[in-house]
Amino acid sequence: MRDAPPPARRTALRTLLRAAPRKIEEHSPSAPGFWRSPLRGPWFTAVLGTVLLFGTTLLFVTGLLSYAAYNPDLAAVNDKTPDKGLLGFYLFAWPTDPHWLYRLTQGLHVTVGITLIPVLLAKLWSVLPKLFALPPARSLGHALERLSLLLLVGGALFVFVTGVLNVQLEYVFPGSFYPLHFYGAWVFFGAFVAHAALKLPQTVRVLRAGGLRERLGTHEGREPEEDSGRGGDSGRGPDAADGLVAPRPAGPTVSRRGALGLVGGGSLLLFATTAGQSFDGWPRATALFAPHGGDEPGRGPGAFQINKTARSVGVGADRTGESWRLVVVGPGRTLRLTRADLLDLAQHSADLPIACVEGWSTSDQAWSGVRLRDLAALAGYDGNAADAPGVLVESLQLRGSFRRAALRDNQVRDARSLLALRVNGADLTPDHGYPARVIVPAAPGVLNTKWVSRLTFGEL
Amino acid sequence: MTRTRRLSAPLRRWYGEGPLHLLLLLASFALALYAGVRLLADDWVMVVVWFVGAALLHDLVLVPVYAAADRAVTALVGGRGGGHRERTMYVRVPAALSLLLLLVWYPLITRQVPRYERSTTLPAGVFLTRWLLVTAALFAGSALWCAVRTWSVSRSGREAGTGRG
Repeated sequence: MRDAPPPARRTALRTLLRAAPRKIEEHSPSAPGFWRSPLRGPWFTAVLGTVLLFGTTLLFVTGLLSYAAYNPDLAAVNDKTPDKGLLGFYLFAWPTDPHWLYRLTQGLHVTVGITLIPVLLAKLWSVLPKLFALPPARSLGHALERLSLLLLVGGALFVFVTGVLNVQLEYVFPGSFYPLHFYGAWVFFGAFVAHAALKLPQTVRVLRAGGLRERLGTHEGREPEEDSGRGGDSGRGPDAADGLVAPRPAGPTVSRRGALGLVGGGSLLLFATTAGQSFDGWPRATALFAPHGGDEPGRGPGAFQINKTARSVGVGADRTGESWRLVVVGPGRTLRLTRADLLDLAQHSADLPIACVEGWSTSDQAWSGVRLRDLAALAGYDGNAADAPGVLVESLQLRGSFRRAALRDNQVRDARSLLALRVNGADLTPDHGYPARVIVPAAPGVLNTKWVSRLTFGEL
Repeated sequence: MTRTRRLSAPLRRWYGEGPLHLLLLLASFALALYAGVRLLADDWVMVVVWFVGAALLHDLVLVPVYAAADRAVTALVGGRGGGHRERTMYVRVPAALSLLLLLVWYPLITRQVPRYERSTTLPAGVFLTRWLLVTAALFAGSALWCAVRTWSVSRSGREAGTGRG
């Protein structure tokens, strides 16, 4: 048996117990004093937010263009999102001019997306205290806004993560990339527009307030107490109410200039080691981490980037040799052509790139072969070349979501659209689609079907 | 104007914000719902896990981990009481850049993607080597910069000393 603690100790214990919840509260992330970085504040957030405003808009627009470039409204085989409904409201016939159009838009989409990752991370860091802010909602409006922020942050991370994984061929996300990235982007963008509109007035006010030098300026050599209310984000005034400025800031370990420099440096590093994958030659060698950076595959005329090898999609030499025939189907007519038959037809050449949805592309390659519109004429559309219809292209591939793909009439009619038999002065290599492949100006890589076995004109 | 005021005052009391706020959020939710049911049409449980999980993983794991690492480096390099704070950047900058590259490209760097070589014919082993080399270069460059700065500061200090003497 023990005696009860003496009265003095009992009082101390009681005081401790009474103080404990307050102590815990002070050390929880919901307490304003928990967040100590003197960098946080409306100005820092506004700068990063402004970069993301322009960056995200560019990503969204180039993303929508990429979606349109597949011509999903043309045929079911092109459409990976058949229930898109109103979200396809803007679709249009993807043009063939300029021939580098998709190379540009998709190169921008992926390269800028990767470059913005440090900015996104810094922006999320800068507003993190707000995630833990209590009470959960001051009003119904505030509650709705916080719900919208879940869509914004979850959506941004979801879209960036699926994109970054997809370009590395790491298909671990739950489902097909196309619907996930496309519908995810719409959820994200809706929340993004609302957020941008709600925050724009404050952002403009904060950025217009001037004092750039003081805001960039180092805190170093100045005590944080001295700093508050002066150069940095003031603890007073309307901005203090938004909960970004630490009420008890720790001593600075880096200036805002330094922190923004680090974010910019991270972006620059990612850009410099990615952008080169959109060009052949020495720029590709600078893309140290991009999936199609570094070296070209092999040597010789076929040594340019390969999306899928013949082996990886189940196209063996047994089906591409002497026994191969191209079946061309038109109204009431079906032709079976050997490769020699195709080489006997009028040969044309076109300098066109391969541009992949993954963001990489090649420079122009010198293709030669038979014009698609000439094949349309053989199939029975032998009137004016300007009347040639669209075509359904089928490949020998056993795997791959675009082994059947449709091309629109404007793509077939373009004089540079070929069923290519040769590239850079030599026969196609097996990995570039031997015996014959489609090449169409400005079309996404997957619509430039390799190992073509059948062309059906007019019926998609 | 007055009519708008008369309408928005009760809204403000009931809702806490102006009418524009409500309209914007409702429009945004309508769009999110329209796209969201399509996003969730296939494997909705896993998509929700990914969507919410990405935010939770970032906010509750990634940020605390890098913030703690940063604090540890600052304490270790900055000296007690932060007397050498400016020196911390020579460690934090190369470390942050190196980890950023790893964060973005970890599937390729850690050779998670067997289909990469099969699909592209490009060698998959180069990314780890490149990452290690770039990391080494970042730290070496930072060390060099630190040495040059230290040297020039001490020299200018000495010159100022002789000038005064």
